[in-house]
Amino acid sequence: MTDKAVKPVVIEADSISTFQVTVGATGTKFLVEIRDNKRIMGIKCSSCGKVYVPPRSHCPTCCVKMSEWVELSGKGTLTTYTVVRYKEPYQPKEPPIIYGVIQLDGADTGIYGILGEVEPDKVKIGMRFEPVFKDEREGSLLDIDHFRPSS
Amino acid sequence: MAERIAITGVGQTYHKSKRKDVNAPELVTEAVEAALKDAQLTMKDIDFVVSGSFEMADGQYLPDMWILPEFGGVGKPGLKLQNAGTTGGVAAGAAFNYAASGMFNNVLCVTWQKMDEGQGAFGRGGGGLSEYWQSQIPMSPITNFARRTFAYLHNSGCTEEHFAITRVKQDQCALKNPYAQLKLNTTVEKVMESMALVWPIRYLHMCPSTAGAAAFIVSPENQAKKVTRKPVWVEDWFCAHVGGAFTMAEDPTLSTLRHGCEVVYKRNGITNVLKDIQAFEVYEPCSPAELRWMEEVGVCEDWTAWKLMEQGKVGIDKEIPFNPSGGVTATNPIGATPVIRIIEAALQIRDDAGEHQVPQTVNRALATAYGGQGENVIFLLRKSL
Ligand SMILES: [Zn+2]
Repeated sequence: MTDKAVKPVVIEADSISTFQVTVGATGTKFLVEIRDNKRIMGIKCSSCGKVYVPPRSHCPTCCVKMSEWVELSGKGTLTTYTVVRYKEPYQPKEPPIIYGVIQLDGADTGIYGILGEVEPDKVKIGMRFEPVFKDEREGSLLDIDHFRPSS
Repeated sequence: MAERIAITGVGQTYHKSKRKDVNAPELVTEAVEAALKDAQLTMKDIDFVVSGSFEMADGQYLPDMWILPEFGGVGKPGLKLQNAGTTGGVAAGAAFNYAASGMFNNVLCVTWQKMDEGQGAFGRGGGGLSEYWQSQIPMSPITNFARRTFAYLHNSGCTEEHFAITRVKQDQCALKNPYAQLKLNTTVEKVMESMALVWPIRYLHMCPSTAGAAAFIVSPENQAKKVTRKPVWVEDWFCAHVGGAFTMAEDPTLSTLRHGCEVVYKRNGITNVLKDIQAFEVYEPCSPAELRWMEEVGVCEDWTAWKLMEQGKVGIDKEIPFNPSGGVTATNPIGATPVIRIIEAALQIRDDAGEHQVPQTVNRALATAYGGQGENVIFLLRKSL
């Protein structure tokens, strides 16, 4: 029997941890190309021919190691998107933020990107986009500041 | 009726403190490729995937979702398991059960830890402590072993020097294992001079943090015989989990290893441990633990392991072939460590352990997983059933 007059005891517990996540040699090449050359590279499977962006070192379908890099123009087609209208500390920009999945020309996979220079209600699936790089780049996917409408 | 099952392929990475050249999926893939190569299979042959890591130790939340695609481990039935130290133990046990169901031909078990990603993050909560009775007085894995070891000193009559002798023996074994991480070629003096972390545990007593992965493939009897000429039969496994520090009051040096071993020995007619088992790979996260673990496993009487260690009776080519691989004090990618024990036990049975091969024929080997505050998983492997 619980005495209703006694307030249940609740203990504050926290666990704060930081991590350093290694990108690996394949991922590093991809990010360095963006950082140093504003170039988006894909990696091609020698077995099935699929081009992966962002890259990975093995093709998940064929289970073979990939090493053939292909340079992409950066232009691509929007396959889906969503609009975030609330503010959270971990969001990289102020709302509203348009998150899109873009299939770059020459790639078989989609890449996440933030859409910019376009109003949320003007965005349509199938629209063409191109990357706008930050001036100060540090080797991260966020070095692509946003994708803007293009031809 | 369960199928008889055998391990048909094993693979592990060359374990290092840091692997900045690869990301976690690439590290894990190295072990999977090694196991597939050992069994001469491809991922197309694998029809069930059990995966596991101690997620909190390297911040790899839901890691199966982003690690398994790297080696093609998706699009198949599978299961992810996570504990702390016993992760690889329960993952292996699950893989054995799925193989024994007879529903799958080749079950892959893959486990890993990339500890160069985390920063000792599990120190506070490490070991499955209750937030309200235990965590406010934090018991890290080191403090846990310090209290065990102090009680061992008190009860057994050994001295600190015996822990150093044990460390040197572990190191000498690791020097012969190409996959081991720490190869110190250290001395009793150097171990005794190393910093006391939490007395009586010293720096050189403790296992390192490791980036590494380990995998094996297990199959039902018919398939196993098709895959390999050297199947390693899984005789039994038993999981002896317990509720942390609460249950240790009667003897704070004891884990659940003794109970777990008693169960599997009884079930498999083992009456003389040293005669019936020819190689032991027991998860000992620090040097002093190996002494008490020898006693719990039953290779000697209570409070006598230190005497055997002092007399030089423990080692690869000695009376007691305990941890011929160098063990966990040399290499500890936590989530993968139990699977490394199973792999090393299997290599001993196959006569494939190379420089650290036990000279006598290994017909049966024991492998264990230790975790948290005293949990254990126990495995018996056989050359033939
Ligand atoms: Zn492919």
